[in-house]
Amino acid sequence: MRRLSDVFFARPEATIFIVCVALIAYFAYRNSTFYSYYNIIVMAQYMAPIAVIGAGEVLLLDLAEIDLSSGQVFLTAPWFVVIMGQHGVPLGWGIGLSLLICCLIGAFNGAIVVWLRVPSFVATLGVNYVLAGWVLIASSDITTDMPGTTGKFGAWFGISNWSEGLWGLGIVILIWALLKGTKFGVHTTATGGNELGAAEAGVRVRRIKIWCFVILALVAGFIGIIDSIRIGSLDPAAPGLNEMLAGVTAAVIGGTALTGGKATVVGTLIGAIVLGVLEDGFNLIGISANWFILVEGAVILAAMAVNVQLGRWTLKTARR
Amino acid sequence: MNDAQPEVAADPGDGPPGNAAVSETDAGRVARLDSLGDRDVILHTEGITKGFGALLVLRGIDIHLRRGEVLGLVGDNGCGKSTLVKILCGFHRQDEGEIFVEGEQVAFHSVKDARQHGIETVYQDLALIPALSVYQNLFLNREITRFGPLRWLSNKKMRQMARQYLDDIKVQVSSVDALVESMSGGQRQAVALARATVQESKILLLDEPLAAMGAKESALVIDLVKDLSHNRGVSMIIIDHNYQHLFELCDRLNVLQEGRISLDLRVEDTTMEELTALMVAEYRRRIMLGHQELRV
Repeated sequence: MRRLSDVFFARPEATIFIVCVALIAYFAYRNSTFYSYYNIIVMAQYMAPIAVIGAGEVLLLDLAEIDLSSGQVFLTAPWFVVIMGQHGVPLGWGIGLSLLICCLIGAFNGAIVVWLRVPSFVATLGVNYVLAGWVLIASSDITTDMPGTTGKFGAWFGISNWSEGLWGLGIVILIWALLKGTKFGVHTTATGGNELGAAEAGVRVRRIKIWCFVILALVAGFIGIIDSIRIGSLDPAAPGLNEMLAGVTAAVIGGTALTGGKATVVGTLIGAIVLGVLEDGFNLIGISANWFILVEGAVILAAMAVNVQLGRWTLKTARR
Repeated sequence: MNDAQPEVAADPGDGPPGNAAVSETDAGRVARLDSLGDRDVILHTEGITKGFGALLVLRGIDIHLRRGEVLGLVGDNGCGKSTLVKILCGFHRQDEGEIFVEGEQVAFHSVKDARQHGIETVYQDLALIPALSVYQNLFLNREITRFGPLRWLSNKKMRQMARQYLDDIKVQVSSVDALVESMSGGQRQAVALARATVQESKILLLDEPLAAMGAKESALVIDLVKDLSHNRGVSMIIIDHNYQHLFELCDRLNVLQEGRISLDLRVEDTTMEELTALMVAEYRRRIMLGHQELRV
């Protein structure tokens, strides 16, 4: 039994899992609407982008890098579709080309970090503002309708109840499999844990880094298009940094370290669930959104403090 | 300087050293050393020189290493030991001179080149990945994968092979799934040595393998080095400042002074005291020379 608890607490996701279960129990007890079918759908739709951006960021955090532009890519990808549609590009092609542009943005981020040796924090912050500015210019700062919201296509890609939640879950599972099950994933962790050592062993650290930026931009853009089709309209002034920070928050409270070499996609998914549950639960029991921000901050601090202490404790017991 | 060269172990015609009272283990060691003399030379160099700017660090190095032999490099700081090892592992390129692996002349343009000829280096700052497990480190960049282009990891197979290999070379770890960051210095060094030898490397270059290790930890690594050389035929070149470690680990010692090999000794033919005295005498001589040069 003691062994079982050791195994459990040695996992970086343990803290956030307990927090998650406690929050769900609390809100379900306070308000029965919380576990109604409709509310669960609403929560899934809210969590999906956070979980996807968070899982993508996990790849970069594992490398001890970060991509601040992922939230803006999430918001900009549907704008590519809209602008191309205005120039007569069919919807399917528009989405395909938009995702291709997202990949190029990711590759650009990676190239600046790897070849020009600009710290990723700065490089991607620049790209974030470039994209945000482009959206304001290209949209003339006017809210626009998102195409593709009708018919079978719309149902598959965002309109039907579970569409966004399931796409989100699917992408998170793919990233989890990539990180845990493939050579690429091990090399990513190796690069983040000891870049010089990994390079000496022949790991192509630069290529790995660029690909991680590309994957994050691709999934962020994809879930951005799904999210816009569900909502039906695009707001050019929406701040991308908020979406990015929600994703990074989910990753960090889930047990991923900013310093590289320690990453958990499962923890990130649970972290995204916690953020969604908090937001929704506070709404339901009638506490203002302002309180949500305050509590979110407190949860980050508490989860990090506990995680760091647990990490030290498990390391100590392992050395004994 | 070369006039002080007493004896070269490369000459198989040498008789056993004139040590009157040899203990049983010493006798075994002598037998091993004699048998080494008959083995083929796996690595040798001819007239390696290397300079950095105006500074000539190596001035014609001839060394040879036999199959399964452990050669120690001794010398003062800045005598060129590390430079020589870095040339042998493909990190630096020599200015002049040739390197031969199994009699065949080779040119190393990178560490990878050297590795392809079976020369692996274990660095002082261990190149392991702390956040990965033992087996993941052993198989880093030579992972066993399936499903073709998906490169899905065969973790079960790698775990099994890692366990098997560590058992073979008698390295004890709590589990092949244990993270390297949770291990002691000695265990890490053992895993690094295991990684360097898991792929049938023929020659191992070790730069201070026992640095900053306690007695217990050192014993672990010493046993492993002996096992690898005696039972697996791995040849090694070791740099270490600690004579006690060198005498325990090595079959033969080469003393580097002023960019040349000034002495080539079998450990049985010398003692720690003798070597220390030689080094001190050389040190004094250099100081005297320095004074003379100053006067001139």
